[in-house]
Formats: sequence, structure tokens, C-alpha cells
Amino acid sequence: MSATASEVSAGETQTVVAARRLRETKTVFIGVGRPSTAALLARMVHNPELVLVYESGTIGAKPFHIPLSIGDGELAETADSIVSVPEMFNYWIGAGRIDVAFLGAAQIDPYANLNSTVIGDYAHPKTRLPGAGGAPEIAASCGEVIVIAPHAKRTLVEKLDFVTTVGHGDGPESRERLGFRGRGPTAVITDLGVLEPDPETKRLVLTQIHPGVEIDKVREETGWELEVSRDLQRTEPPTEEELSALRELLDR
Amino acid sequence: MAELTSLGEAIATLVSDGDSVALEGFTHLIPFAAGHEIIRQGRRELELIRMTPDLLYDQMIGMGVARRLVFSYGGNPGVGGLHRFRDVIENGWPHPIEIEEHSHAGMANRYAAGAADMPCAVMRGYVGTDLIEHTTVAHLTCPFTGERLVALPALRPDVAIVHAQEADREGNVQLWGIPGVQKEAVLASQRSLVTVERIVDELELRPGGIVIPNWVITAVAEAPGGSRPSYSLGITDRDNDFYRFWDKLSRDRDEFTEWMNENVLGQEVSKR
Repeated sequence: MSATASEVSAGETQTVVAARRLRETKTVFIGVGRPSTAALLARMVHNPELVLVYESGTIGAKPFHIPLSIGDGELAETADSIVSVPEMFNYWIGAGRIDVAFLGAAQIDPYANLNSTVIGDYAHPKTRLPGAGGAPEIAASCGEVIVIAPHAKRTLVEKLDFVTTVGHGDGPESRERLGFRGRGPTAVITDLGVLEPDPETKRLVLTQIHPGVEIDKVREETGWELEVSRDLQRTEPPTEEELSALRELLDR
Repeated sequence: MAELTSLGEAIATLVSDGDSVALEGFTHLIPFAAGHEIIRQGRRELELIRMTPDLLYDQMIGMGVARRLVFSYGGNPGVGGLHRFRDVIENGWPHPIEIEEHSHAGMANRYAAGAADMPCAVMRGYVGTDLIEHTTVAHLTCPFTGERLVALPALRPDVAIVHAQEADREGNVQLWGIPGVQKEAVLASQRSLVTVERIVDELELRPGGIVIPNWVITAVAEAPGGSRPSYSLGITDRDNDFYRFWDKLSRDRDEFTEWMNENVLGQEVSKR
């Protein structure tokens, strides 16, 4: 039995696409939620040697269940090494030892800068969000950043209410000027498709669209005039292997 | 030399109104029992310091304990936002508080600088963000390489409170599993309290275990289950359902207050 577009949810496709990005990756830094699910799926299907690094200091964690928090007991019990928070940020993240980081955000702008601090004014916010956490330094120093977020007009915005985390700043050379060692965001994976920075302008361009999704729908749900790549690809639907592994993982 | 005492006595002696207090524990070993005792003893005007305010500071802020909050991530890990934390910032309930926020790297380095008795921490970070306009951070240039870096003031809380798995009868403490910034917080603070799951005759040293010697700790108090709904690896499990329950309960001020009255104010410390 092969899966058809109607049998697969948009969230499942998003997770499967994120997992595929980790085929060649050695080390991945992950937060909770969909990034964690994607990384566990990648270990099951594509890359059993993938090293999972969680902010809580667990390096090489091999959880059987999807953890609710970044510090669940199973992460500590299965880790190759457990380090303190200062060590995690200075020796491992800051020193550039992690290849890929998965990040989320409440707002993303056309240069893949991220807001997870406030909606509205900082002093009198309409919505107070959790704040920076590890994101600014993770995005500065990890080899590359993959952003995972829902595709919606209120998420993909022309201008952020607050710059929590720098992606490509205001365009080419921004990261170099700021002295960042990592390459910055290489993809924004949503439930509708994948946006990637244009190599020259660094503005996000739609490069991949998920099965059953129309381009107009993607444009409608993007808060800026979205450029579509001339080489736009249709996402390969999740294979039977990917889907059954993902569903089994979520059922555990 | 650490004094073995009761939790109630330790809070009464070590924490005064207006103090800066750091209750640490990064997802693991969060000192809930001690935080609840601070609420029960009616402390006010505290500067609450903590990387991840989590449910514990949501409860303390909602009960009016705080004057100021210093933090780096105010969320309910894996679940969503913190509703009392949001309410105090968005609406000033129960009363307005000041905030100072940082990144995790910034907070961790500030604690490490405090532990080393350095005036400041030096690191890469903050540049290009809006946070730099709203927090305490300064630019500096490396005198050797010319690289542009940032400096942050060391954290030197009046009191650090952490939870650990065990202590011996002399007050030496051992914790294992995710170590967070607990050792740094204890060493950075003027006074410290460690609550423990159990007191043992002799510490059985564990691989990866962190031992904090009794001569850098002010007081040790036994508090079995004292990190619930967080956990103490090997002794209690994280109560993930409670973290989900809190997301629903804490949205409403009255339901929150009622729950705290019944489950925190109405409890004797000795029964915990």
C-alpha cells in the first residue's frame, strides 16, 4: 500500500521533510516538539548514527519516546555525555561543534530572522512569548539552522516585532559583519513547503511545495510578496517506510 | 560548613524580603518544595533569578512574591507559554514587576562569572538582536585578537537554592543526571540552601555525579519529593501530565489562586 496525499497530514509531511534534511548530518541540536520528532525519525529511517544534542546538556541522547521537555529523564539516561549549561553553550555550541540546529519561532521575516520574545511593543506587549532561550547563540554558531514553523501570515511576516535571533540580518554579508561562524538558516520548513535563502540576496524563496498544495495558497499564507524559485520542486510524498516509522514513533 | 536543618527553618533564616534569590534546576531537580515554602512564609519583593522560570516561578510570581525577574526563557517546556508570567508582564497582575532578560548563554556565563568571583563574563553573542537594547550588556574588544565580544555583569545572588538527590550527615551533596547551572549558582551566591531527596550515611559516588562539598553550602534540608512535578533522576519521575494540567489551570486567575491556596498555602511543610 502506498500513501496518497489525502492520507497524510500536513504536519506529517513537514516532519518527514525535516527528517530527510538530516541524512548526511553528524550532529543536530534540537528543541522539543516537531524538531525532536523529526530528529528521532531521521535516526530510525535515514541516519542511525545521528547524534542528538539537547539544550539541557544531553549529548548523544537516544530516547525511545518523543520527550515532552528538553530535560526528560530518558535523555539523561541514554546520553553519551551529560554536561552543564555553561559547558553546553561555551564548549559545544559556541565553539561551533554542532552541524545543524532546528529552531522554531513565533515570527519569521524574509531574511529568516526570528522573533520569540514579544508580539507588540517590548515594554507593553500584546503577547509576551517565552523569550530567547538558547536561540541567538545557537543560530550564530551552529553550522546551519533549519527553521520549522507553521505556514501562516501571522508567522511569516515582513517585519518582526522583535529581533530575538539573527538569521541573515538585512541581507548579504550581515552574518560576516556580526562575526558569526555558522552559515545561518538554510531552510524554513513549513506545513506547506520549504523556503530557502536566495544565494545572492539571502531573501527566502519558495523552493519546494508539499503534495496537494497550490502555489496560490502558499502566497496567501505568506506575509510578504513571496518569490517562487524557477526550479520549484514538488515534495516527494512520504514513503510507506517513513510514514509507518513516524506513526509508530508517535504511538509509543 | 553546611548546617543540616529543616526546610522551614532554612527559608526563615536564609531568605529575607527584598533578597535576590536564584532557584535553579534546568528542567531537572527544580526546587519546588523550597519555592513553595517561600510562598507559605509570605516573602515579598524578591528579585527572582532563574534561567527558565518554569512552573515554579509562574506560581511564585502569581502569588505576589516577586519585585523583579531575571531570566532567559519563560515557557512551559514542550507545552507552551506560562500564563502567570504572561499576565504579570502583559497586565501587571497581581502587581507590576521589573524584568531583565538574557539568552541562555548569557545567563549561564553570568553564573559562571559569579562562581569564579569575576566582575563580568565575556562571550560572543547578543549582537544584531533587539535584546541588546533592553538588557545589561556591553561591547568590548579582545586585547589580543581584536575580535569584538560582549561583556555581561556577573550574577551574585544573595541566596541560591537548588535540589539534589542526596547529602551525607556532614552536608556534602551529590547530584547526578542533568546538572544545569546548580553548582555555578551555589558558588556564585552569598548564601545557599540545598534541599535533598534523602540524607545518607555516606555518599556513594556516581559516574558523572557532581559533589558539592559542605564548606561551600550554608544549609542542607531534607525534602523528599521536593522537586515534583520536576524530577530527581533515579528517584522520582517527571510528571509530564502536571505540566499539561498547569497549562489549563493557570490561565484563569481565580482557578490559579484557589489551587495555590489548597495545594501550597494549605499544606504543612512537614507533610511534603
